[in-house]
Amino acid sequence: MVSVKEIPGAMGLEREQLLDLYYKMFLSRTVAQRERMLNRLGKGPFAITGEGQEATQVGATFALRPGHDWVLPYYRDIGVAITVGQTPRDLLLALLSKSEDISSGGRNMPSHFSEPKLRIVSGSAPVSTQLPHAVGVAFAAQLRGSDEVALVTTGDGGTSPGDTHEAMNFAGIHKCPVIFVVENNGYAISVRWSQQAAVPDVSVRAAGYGFPGVTVDGNDVLAVYGAAKEAVERARSGDGPTLIEAKTYRMVPHSSDDDDRRYRTREEVEAWGKKDPVVRFQKWLEEHDLVDRRKLDEIQQLAAEEIDEATEYAENAPKPAPESALERVYAD
Amino acid sequence: MAEKTMLEAVHDAMFEEMKRDERVIVMGEDVGEGGVFRATEGFVAEFGPNRCVDTPLAEAAIVGVAIGASLNGILPIAEIQFADFSHPAFDQLVSEAARLYYRSNGTWNCPITVRMPYGAGIHGGPYHSQSVEAFYAHVPGLKVVCVATPHDAKGLLKSAVRDPNPVIVLEHKKAYRLYRQELPDEDYTIPIGVAELKREGSDISLITYGMMMHHSLKAAETVHEQDGVSVEVIDLRSVSPWDKARVLESVKKTGKALVVYEDNFTGGFGAEVAATIAQDGFDYLDGPVTRLASPDVPIAPFAGELEDFILPNPEKITTAIRKLASY
Ligand SMILES: Cc1ncc(C[n+]2csc(CCOP(=O)(O)OP(=O)(O)O)c2C)c(N)n1
Repeated sequence: MVSVKEIPGAMGLEREQLLDLYYKMFLSRTVAQRERMLNRLGKGPFAITGEGQEATQVGATFALRPGHDWVLPYYRDIGVAITVGQTPRDLLLALLSKSEDISSGGRNMPSHFSEPKLRIVSGSAPVSTQLPHAVGVAFAAQLRGSDEVALVTTGDGGTSPGDTHEAMNFAGIHKCPVIFVVENNGYAISVRWSQQAAVPDVSVRAAGYGFPGVTVDGNDVLAVYGAAKEAVERARSGDGPTLIEAKTYRMVPHSSDDDDRRYRTREEVEAWGKKDPVVRFQKWLEEHDLVDRRKLDEIQQLAAEEIDEATEYAENAPKPAPESALERVYAD
Repeated sequence: MAEKTMLEAVHDAMFEEMKRDERVIVMGEDVGEGGVFRATEGFVAEFGPNRCVDTPLAEAAIVGVAIGASLNGILPIAEIQFADFSHPAFDQLVSEAARLYYRSNGTWNCPITVRMPYGAGIHGGPYHSQSVEAFYAHVPGLKVVCVATPHDAKGLLKSAVRDPNPVIVLEHKKAYRLYRQELPDEDYTIPIGVAELKREGSDISLITYGMMMHHSLKAAETVHEQDGVSVEVIDLRSVSPWDKARVLESVKKTGKALVVYEDNFTGGFGAEVAATIAQDGFDYLDGPVTRLASPDVPIAPFAGELEDFILPNPEKITTAIRKLASY
């Protein structure tokens, strides 16, 4: 095998790291598929997943120091949660709203990731309210003289609420160490990007806040990682925020309650299916002679075992005690 | 002991908390220059611009950034210049600050203080006069205090800063420079959720808070002198949580309850107090639980004649007391 460092586009990652990147993408996909299956089997009333956006989520998060840096994901971000260290078991416990669910003990909807130990900040449903929080986390790191950075994600619809503007403006003024990642999948439920904004690339808005903005191919995990790595370096060295717009596609309906046939053609969905970021990265690894069929089987088998173990565990885990609904409203 | 106005008490509470704990910062519009009410006068000189932060004019960011900072080791005191402008931050207060602890099953908490000068009677017009306590008292996860004396302002603001939950401190603007009060030199706090008996009485319990507490004391004095009616005045001071036990204990003694609040009549916080007395104090009552509040018009029209007409005042309270006493 050739030395990885000589491979153009590997962004300086070693083979082991590249395989880890692939594993995280594949595992994220596996968890998402299992979540939707369990929902269809009637085991959980709601599922919201992000098949098709793994390159964006895993690639951006891979540039962080997990547990040191902060992430403020949105509901689509199984890939972010997996990359900083949540397990399929954690995610399925949340899907089935079991009492052990680390994110919320069954109080929040599934895919509202949270874990203080991993510095995943609990999120809500109102779109983009997490952006000011990310700026606050980053601002606090600055005040405390720490080199932590915060990475926050939102969708293309998430570029519209006022909180997004207020957060970016504040971050620009104070040069907060924060990375804004817009997962532009072209739709906010059914609303197309052309009805969301009058510019083709939302990254141009960064100029209005006094920091750089870039648009990357969100289905190219190494391109996203490269952009994030640069943004993290900027943030850590005191140069302030970056806006990364990753152009990608959600290959599944918005949520288990959505029928995307109402607003997009099957041709369009199939065309994007051919650009599947997990398959694309797998091919890249094969082309560069970094994996063979045996290694791929091994990785995929590992993910299958992990998800089966997690499913069994989560299905058998206890539900929260009903009367615990009254507890933990206020901290003591 | 030193004599202080409520505004000076607010200033001193923050100053002392920032001296005591370097995690405490203040942030808001114009705070660097001392703030429009001058509550942070001299803070930049003492603590530097990193701990007395001028924010852009963006209330959702003021509260949202404070929330984020509080998750990462900072104890922010966010100032909303006027409570009327907390509405752009409503989502951050209600969806985020209030719910963070519950929705994370007690694994994240949000120790922020949000100060809001509020209240009418200062020719503030419809956008510098509102009472917002009912909005926030309605929301589990938030604590809300309403201060109208120098002593309470200092003690409750300090408690707010030290509380692990989000606390909204509503400071009545008309009380800012109303009078001076002797304050202890040493550090003290007042527990959130504890009412204060302002005047003992035996015929009627008058439950109130904010500026209406001052008006109610005047009215109680008047009816005592002119009618021989003995009114017990209770200042709630906190509306979430609020001191139900203290209120019911008083109503048990007097058998009559008058609730006075400055907000609109319908759905104002006093409605909650009245409903609680009606339900839990029914056996004690020998008169209708009575509410006196502002009529349901936007508070407050600017012209003095209009504003005076709508707000409760000592005369209107006196009339309400007399009516209730006649039962
Ligand atoms: C403030 C707010 N308005 C409306 C909704 C309902 N809603 C949930 S997701 C969504 C679309 C969000 O789209 P986008 O930000 O592009 O992210 P995507 O779902 O495509 O990943 C809407 C309208 C909400 N959650 N919050």
